[in-house]
Amino acid sequence: MNMAELQKKLFAAARANPPSDDVPYAFEERILAQLAAKPAFDILATWNRTLWQAAAPCVAVMLLLGAWTRFAQRADSSRETLAADLESTLYLAFDNSTETW
Amino acid sequence: MPDSATVERTDAELIAAVRSGDTASFEPLLKKYQPRVFATARRYARRESEVEDIVQEVFLKAFHKLNSFRGDAPFEHWLMRLAVRTCYDFLRAHQRTREISLADVTDEQTDWLDHFAANPADASENASAARELVETVLAQLSPEARLVITLLEIEDRSVKEVAALTGWSVPVVKIRAFRARAQMRKCLEKLARGKYL
Repeated sequence: MNMAELQKKLFAAARANPPSDDVPYAFEERILAQLAAKPAFDILATWNRTLWQAAAPCVAVMLLLGAWTRFAQRADSSRETLAADLESTLYLAFDNSTETW
Repeated sequence: MPDSATVERTDAELIAAVRSGDTASFEPLLKKYQPRVFATARRYARRESEVEDIVQEVFLKAFHKLNSFRGDAPFEHWLMRLAVRTCYDFLRAHQRTREISLADVTDEQTDWLDHFAANPADASENASAARELVETVLAQLSPEARLVITLLEIEDRSVKEVAALTGWSVPVVKIRAFRARAQMRKCLEKLARGKYL
């Protein structure tokens, strides 16, 4: 049997009989119901929206902390800063080296 | 009948409405394109329940991925690409490993093969047995082979079109088409050997 010829004949048979494009009754209702039941979830859009929503509170917190830092410094300018406190605590052992040795 | 520009504009308007959150605007798109998607799905799935599942998946994907539609090409092309890829996923998920045997071939198909063996030019292409035989043989092919044979040989598309639909490169389509034809011929040889040797 000529296989190439058979193959050609079968391709021609398939071309001559295209599948039906019939749509079952109210099929679109089924899909629309699915869409209504499961809203679209776009991870990028959600991330974008969350970032924008977080922007305003972040700016507010930043402004509050900035204002608090400035006013606290003005109110008690004589007190040593946290950095100076930390430094003196760390170097305390070296300052009293004679007692240690 | 509206010209293609009007149709495209209408599609574009509908797509813009769906994107802005109007789900109901998806219905006209659905009604317009579902016959084509059904015809495509029926090339790869035999059972009507499977066809419906494929079409449903295509439209759900289309709805959820509508933001990725840039509008460079007609919506129909984008949708058909989605449909073909969904059908390919279906084929891969339902891949059969069983080899073809004479038991898979009905009496009518055997008669048609006999008729073809006796007189190839005389065997009708329009016979339902020939159509069913193609289905039987295609069902034995690998998903890649079935997809490429269907698009290239049965739907008569060009290699470039197949590449655009499947997302494969042109050389990959050519290689897969070559292998697919060989795979199909092997299936037919196996059938013929079982019957005539």
